[in-house]
Amino acid sequence: MTSPLPTVRTAAETSANTEVTRPAKTSGERPASRVRRHLPTSPWLFAAPGLLVVAVFILYPFVSTVVNSFTDRRTLIPGEFVGLANFRELLHDDMFWTGLRNSVLYMVGVVPALVLLPLLLALLVQKNIPGITFFRSAFYTPVVASIVVVGLIWVWMLDERGLVNSLLEAVGIGRVGFLSDQWLLLLSAMAVTVWKGLGYYMIIYLAALANVPRELHEAASVDGAGAVRRFFTVTVPAVRSTMVLVAALSSVAAFKVFSEVYLMAGPNGGPAGEDTTLVMLVQRTGTGLTGRVGYASAISVVVFVVTVALMLLVLRADRKEDA
Amino acid sequence: MTRKPVRRRRAPRIADENGRGIRLWELVLRYALLLAVLAITVGPFLWQLSTSLKGTHEDIFSSPPTFLPADPTLHNYERVADTIPVWDYAFNSLKVATANVVTNCVGSALAGYALARLRYRGRRIAALVFILAMLVPVESIVIAQFTTMRELGLNNTLVGVVLPGCIAAMNVLLMRNAFLNLPYEIEEAAYVDGANAWQRFLRIALPSVKGTLAVVAIFAFMGAWDDFLWPLIVLSDPAKFTLTIGLNYLHGTFANDERIVAAGTIIAVAPLIILFACLQRYFFRGVGEGAVKG
Repeated sequence: MTSPLPTVRTAAETSANTEVTRPAKTSGERPASRVRRHLPTSPWLFAAPGLLVVAVFILYPFVSTVVNSFTDRRTLIPGEFVGLANFRELLHDDMFWTGLRNSVLYMVGVVPALVLLPLLLALLVQKNIPGITFFRSAFYTPVVASIVVVGLIWVWMLDERGLVNSLLEAVGIGRVGFLSDQWLLLLSAMAVTVWKGLGYYMIIYLAALANVPRELHEAASVDGAGAVRRFFTVTVPAVRSTMVLVAALSSVAAFKVFSEVYLMAGPNGGPAGEDTTLVMLVQRTGTGLTGRVGYASAISVVVFVVTVALMLLVLRADRKEDA
Repeated sequence: MTRKPVRRRRAPRIADENGRGIRLWELVLRYALLLAVLAITVGPFLWQLSTSLKGTHEDIFSSPPTFLPADPTLHNYERVADTIPVWDYAFNSLKVATANVVTNCVGSALAGYALARLRYRGRRIAALVFILAMLVPVESIVIAQFTTMRELGLNNTLVGVVLPGCIAAMNVLLMRNAFLNLPYEIEEAAYVDGANAWQRFLRIALPSVKGTLAVVAIFAFMGAWDDFLWPLIVLSDPAKFTLTIGLNYLHGTFANDERIVAAGTIIAVAPLIILFACLQRYFFRGVGEGAVKG
């Protein structure tokens, strides 16, 4: 890679270069390489496109969401500062409480299933038995499919005359109105979220399981622990931090649920809007020609605050147990 | 006769990760469970495919249900194309997804390299900007993204669909990690030989992180192809719909014939399943790395 004879370079020759950074661990940087070269624009050119996109389309909208939440801005009207009026209105808005209730219920329903089921699934596909790669890929298919496709497939599956009801009728249970009852609808949407998320979290658990030392299992086996006992004494403690990660990821995602409920309950959120979630409410109130941008922003701020609080809560719980 | 399977068990062809054989009953149980989960995860897709192939005169509501179409036909696929311009929508999705792959690969490789390997004033601030951006939930800023897009005059365009996610902060940090893991000495040698930052980036660093780049590409494609909320908000003209929004529209307008909706969903999901089947190795690596390390 380097030329056989060490070439002597003058400062002028090397000055066109932008300096390479050493990783923090390595010590002993040569003083010569600390000299700032005369093309300081070059590193910024590398980062500029990314910084620009993130600043214009993520950070600026974030700041303007917060600012808008204190105004009565509408789609075509700039709006004025109204202080906390939007937030006060939220307190008296039944739809907001419905949305908050559903988003929280969604989390409570979905998270335990998504922490536990993918772990069991990962244990099932962990052993390298013939054909296992096929099963792993097949279980991942729902993750790959678009949420719209998934939603429409399940709308058809759970239809009054759909496959699930045909099967239920064939075994003598009778047809169930999965998509017409307020609570069954929410439960069905949760089931779809779990169904779609299984494969994703399964892979995360697989990565974690690969790091569990085999000796632990063997030692437990020698001590006479059965499969169930080994699961609780060896596997669970070993993947505990992954379980926390999955809990964090899935609770944040569940709280922000939009597509599943939107597709299965319709744009208005099921019977009398009773299945509306917070993000559905953001979408519904904030868009269109008469969209109340200010009010929708206030709901968005609530979504953001709860999301961040959830992350901190889960991470803190994790640290406490470690101590 | 009875001894043969016993010997087979002991010959560790089918063995667990410790090299020990697995007992036959356990193996049977495992395959039974695997097949049950397979039915639950893949079954609904097959049922959808079956529905899409059933003719107009076939009863799709029968109980007990019939899985195989009596007289398979592609007629429903023609009917989707008659009701919505499904191929135009697919082409729009393809354009959006391809653009998303290119911008994400180029943009996050460049920025990731700048964060990992270059030194300049404000590097930490740049890294902080990306980390902060990753923490902002997209769902909580979509309305402001939409007003921003309108201020730029780009709402209701495919460019507007692509832009907000065209260089995802997550991908930048993923690329940064990949570059950080490269041995420093190789680049140092090139540096001593007089290669400038662009040359080192293009000739040395980039070829070494192809794996991560592939992961970014796959997820960028999938993310753009599957996205629903943002296109739903930014696109209003049915002529510009992407496939996901078009499907929602089809479902809302023609919910009475499940065969047509089924055909539409198959058109939307088939390319992705094929892509996934071809590239599944990278998928699994990406999810593992992305979720745990990123």
